[in-house]
Amino acid sequence: MKFAVIVFPGSNCDVDMYHAVKDELGAEVEYVWHDRKSLDKFDGILLPGGFSYGDYLRSGAIARFSNVMKEVVKAAEAGKPVLGVCNGFQILLEAGLLPGAMKRNESLKFICRSVELQVENNKTMFSSAYESNEVITIPIAHGEGNYYCDEETLAKLKANNQIVFTYSGSNPNGSLADIAGIINEKGNVLGMMPHPERAVDELLGGADGLKLFQSIVKQWREAHVVNA
Amino acid sequence: MSLMLEPNPEQLKAQKVYKEMGLSDEEFAMIEKILGRLPNYTEIGLFSVMWSEHCSYKNSKPVLKKFPTTGEKVLQGPGEGAGIVDIGDEQAVVFKIESHNHPSAIEPYQGAATGVGGIIRDVFSMGARPVAMLNSLRFGELDNARTKYLFKEVVAGIAGYGNCIGIPTVGGEIQFESAYEGNPLVNAMCVGLIDHKDIQKGQAHGIGNTVMYVGAKTGRDGIHGATFASEELTDQSEEKRPAVQVGDPFMEKLLLEACLELVKSDALVGIQDMGAAGLTSSSAEMASKAGSGIEMNLDLVPQRETGMTAYEMMLSESQERMLIVVTKGREQEIVDLFSKYDLEAVAIGTVTDDKMLRLIHNGEVVANVPADALAEEAPVYHKPSQEPEYYREFQMMENDIPQVDDYKETLMKLLQQPTIASKEWVYDQYDYMVRTNTVVAPGSDAAVIRIRGTRKGLAMTTDCNSRYMYLDPETGGKIAVAEAARNIVCSGGEPLAITDNLNFGNPEKPEIFWQIEKSADGISEACRTLNTPVIGGNVSLYNETNGAAIYPTPVIGMVGLVADIEHATTQHFKEAGDLIYLLGETQAEFGGSELQKLTYGKIFGKAPVLDLDKEVTYQSQVLKAIREGLVASAHDVAEGGLAVAVAESLIGSKGLGANIKIAGNTVSALFSESQSRFLLSVKKEHQQMFESLVDARLIGEVTDLPVLQMSSEEGFELAEQVDVLKEAWKGAIPCLLK
Repeated sequence: MKFAVIVFPGSNCDVDMYHAVKDELGAEVEYVWHDRKSLDKFDGILLPGGFSYGDYLRSGAIARFSNVMKEVVKAAEAGKPVLGVCNGFQILLEAGLLPGAMKRNESLKFICRSVELQVENNKTMFSSAYESNEVITIPIAHGEGNYYCDEETLAKLKANNQIVFTYSGSNPNGSLADIAGIINEKGNVLGMMPHPERAVDELLGGADGLKLFQSIVKQWREAHVVNA
Repeated sequence: MSLMLEPNPEQLKAQKVYKEMGLSDEEFAMIEKILGRLPNYTEIGLFSVMWSEHCSYKNSKPVLKKFPTTGEKVLQGPGEGAGIVDIGDEQAVVFKIESHNHPSAIEPYQGAATGVGGIIRDVFSMGARPVAMLNSLRFGELDNARTKYLFKEVVAGIAGYGNCIGIPTVGGEIQFESAYEGNPLVNAMCVGLIDHKDIQKGQAHGIGNTVMYVGAKTGRDGIHGATFASEELTDQSEEKRPAVQVGDPFMEKLLLEACLELVKSDALVGIQDMGAAGLTSSSAEMASKAGSGIEMNLDLVPQRETGMTAYEMMLSESQERMLIVVTKGREQEIVDLFSKYDLEAVAIGTVTDDKMLRLIHNGEVVANVPADALAEEAPVYHKPSQEPEYYREFQMMENDIPQVDDYKETLMKLLQQPTIASKEWVYDQYDYMVRTNTVVAPGSDAAVIRIRGTRKGLAMTTDCNSRYMYLDPETGGKIAVAEAARNIVCSGGEPLAITDNLNFGNPEKPEIFWQIEKSADGISEACRTLNTPVIGGNVSLYNETNGAAIYPTPVIGMVGLVADIEHATTQHFKEAGDLIYLLGETQAEFGGSELQKLTYGKIFGKAPVLDLDKEVTYQSQVLKAIREGLVASAHDVAEGGLAVAVAESLIGSKGLGANIKIAGNTVSALFSESQSRFLLSVKKEHQQMFESLVDARLIGEVTDLPVLQMSSEEGFELAEQVDVLKEAWKGAIPCLLK
């Protein structure tokens, strides 16, 4: 399985994502510059955190117009796993691949710390390696992670089990329904504010994020064994 | 400004316009002599910024000479963008600290943000990948709206820039004293990594080579920033707001990535940041260092505004710009490289052989001055020095032990002093994990990052106890270096070298100059003994508001090498049953201590004594024990003394307590700030091995019960829930900010 880490001008967690996949997961991975015209050779697409285009105008608002995003949409339509973390999540929202929007954190301050998440849905291709309702520790680092959507959308998210991760205990940013990560209806596009790629090595304080990447690989392998 | 008619050379001299730019009559006469004619407005502008204290160190040079700057591992000492130290395997660490005090006093968010941006450029202009940031901050007491505003905005500015560019802010220190109320200090340090083969220099070699401008366009922001940095703040300083630059971290992220790609190209000859004094300093210094000249056509400079004069372009401190020299004929490669990042790279001049900095604007030569005269020939002043009255009085005082009626209440109050209290409110806003290498995060002694692909790590810290500095600058200077080294050792590192940021008041006052000299003596002696040369730094003088100086504040930024990342150690107790040791002797030393400040509301007397030989011995014992795997936790005993150190080791632990036996005078044992002391915890099975290596005294044990218990044979007893201590310590700063 081969992953692409999309690099926009201003992405800064691209290196972390790359090394998490290469060094800790042990899968193939390549950096892909934002003007790339095709993602055909990749099996999984990773949109890393950072400040794409300086977060000017609105987080993710400019990045969604880059060449590569047309390809990301195509990959999503083709059913490939697409994971957006932090700024990557914001870009997925702006691109319409996931519903809702991001507001500034309730405290109006950037927050960097490790938080506890609850796995609300472990029946997805991103969370199957976790136990149902498992509580995991993953770092957050964002200024605009206060997820918001209208009531109808929230009802739909709940009804379809699209809420994959919620903040357990205290909610750091004021997000609606304690939402930390959501998936699309089809189940192959996940956006989350916490950084699983920062939690893949005990040396740095914890490895709870590794199972997320392992889930993706497991699903891909199973699908390809069936196809073979 | 451009509509204003520039005075002609004769008017300049007659009306003494140069004085507004910070030049004296004598300096103007020197310039006239160097040129053999009267300088024009643009030329006098070039001299005024290059001969400012900020760029020339004209007042501090005699003091800077005292510092040891060489060592077997030093690859680059002071004089380039940043210093470089060898760390083996053809790798090196690059680091430097720099101040942005005056801009931050006027416009705290942008002042702090551009301070961060500037020091990052200094590091990547050497060809290094910036891997970590630290800072050192000083504010007035958190009891008034202005100070709270400055504090919040400075932290937000540091966070805003560092988080966006994606370099983790992993450490720092903050102190609050009324001496800084009108003149806060904002010092930022950047640490980078480099392979030896990629080391760059800011030199304009090769006659005929092309001078290129890369990065953001030039605007009218920050004109005379370097001059502004070299004068005292007054009630009128608000008018200097236009001298504060505006930062764009996104632009700098692009510039950083482009420059790191550029250093791999053999077309690159030299590179230098356009920092203080912008185009002027970068061009004059690159020419002067290479013994060449530079001719630039200012019509070609990318400009953000219309109608800019040569004077404005040369003195602008617009951010996120670099000046580079490339091999003639290979300009297009550079243009292509930068266009990938949507950045401009424009040829604006050539390297010449006449050693002149020559500027052309609208087809005319608008300035023609010797590059050396700008970069190297600023006058050097040996300012008079005088021992202040207060120091003589303090030295005659006997050591005084403050009276403590309720030990527990005193401990609780100490934990809530903003200088001791948790800085979580601050570092919570810094992305300290990005790049996923942070092994020891903020909240322990020195921060540690791993070096990916190796077993190695880097430990780093900033330190300076300004109170000791004020009481006794020489001893305070020694303590600052020794404490930085102690913090590095506690985190498992071997101290390598330092960068210093000398923040002082007006050097024209003999008592202030005395503080500068004495602290430099102390720092130098400690650096020699601890084998940590000074590889660079920054001087910030004139830190006064309406005539009142800050405490002398020479901030020490130190980096150490963690030979094996497994040695990385934190201050937090690890496991019940571990033995707790105290290394070092405790005397009744309260001059400048937290307890003294708490008790009397002021500081006086002598600073704690520092025995450098003892310091070296203890540090090497601790480092050896850590490397042997015998130490579970290590913590420098600093502000607030042993009681505070034990509380801090407990607060960060996972629900543990401690039972400690103290001896001797209870107030001293608990709260004295005697130097060269370490609080260590050790697994029981390592007791014998540890005791054979380290001359420490067993003082207690880590317990399952999450309570701090302290007692003595004289009947002293103290017990408090760790959660209660934690709440007081964590809540103090947020509470003061409400």
